[in-house]
Amino acid sequence: MTGTVSITVNGEPRDVRAGTSVAQLIKCVTDQDKGIAVAVNGEVMPRREWPVIGLADRDQVEVVTAVQGG
Amino acid sequence: MAWDLGGRALTSRLITGTGGATSLDIMRRVLAATGSQVTTVAMRRVGHYALGGGSLLDVIQQAGAEILPNTAGCHTAAEALLTARLAREALETDWVKLEVVADDKTLLPDSVELLDAARKLVADGFTVLPYTNDDPVLARHLEQAGCAAVMPLGSPIGSGLGIRNPHNIAMIVEQASVPVILDAGIGTASDAALAMELGCAGVLIASAITRAAEPEMMALAMKLAVEAGHAACGAGRIERRWHAALASSPAEGLPSL
Repeated sequence: MTGTVSITVNGEPRDVRAGTSVAQLIKCVTDQDKGIAVAVNGEVMPRREWPVIGLADRDQVEVVTAVQGG
Repeated sequence: MAWDLGGRALTSRLITGTGGATSLDIMRRVLAATGSQVTTVAMRRVGHYALGGGSLLDVIQQAGAEILPNTAGCHTAAEALLTARLAREALETDWVKLEVVADDKTLLPDSVELLDAARKLVADGFTVLPYTNDDPVLARHLEQAGCAAVMPLGSPIGSGLGIRNPHNIAMIVEQASVPVILDAGIGTASDAALAMELGCAGVLIASAITRAAEPEMMALAMKLAVEAGHAACGAGRIERRWHAALASSPAEGLPSL
């Protein structure tokens, strides 16, 4: 599809508009603002850089938060 | 009496794990009953767990507890390193409870990957609290790697089998110059008291409290057990003797009856 990139978000394939930033993607994935972190292709993306990091074709994105655990 | 864990002065010696609580309300009541100042969380994909996210963090914050993210589910040093970095970014803490397990049946630590991960995390600026085997030699290596504590298991995670090798725990305590925290296997209050009597600086308990029939009541029992065991350790117990060695009542002045 023209103008889109195919990425994987938390193990699920997803097409997003070319030029979509990490910050824009996060808003689509969760309502939660605090307590989350993002890795793209195994690298942690600092929160302050989310608005300026663009997603590229075949990027593997993990969006995580704190849950119960011993 | 305050003690130091990773540069923080704590008064409670009971660290509570949030795993296993069936509701946030139970978690709230457990944290209040234990008086824990540190509590653990795991890192998972957003949206997969009802008892997670912002609301869990709010409960912990309201309880006034320090958050200790773990690397549960990691099988390699590389996975643990990424998980710890994600936790640091999400939760703004450089504390990490390092767990690198060998398999999902025993959940026993993979000693080789654990030590590798500990060295890398220390080098990356983390305050590393490793869940480890009850192996005094490995504990020594972890301390030398720069870990802020060593956290040996009493028995496998969630097994409730108590402390299977008290002698090893005592040897770890004897040699360690960082706090020793008994991390897994506690089933009931006497196990927690024993850990403290062996000289541990603290205990970490999740399942034994959260999966008890009455979690809040068990939370209180564990708090009291940890305090009792710690006091007993400091008090210096009497020697064990095979036979009665010294009557506690005077032998003189016994009336002729």
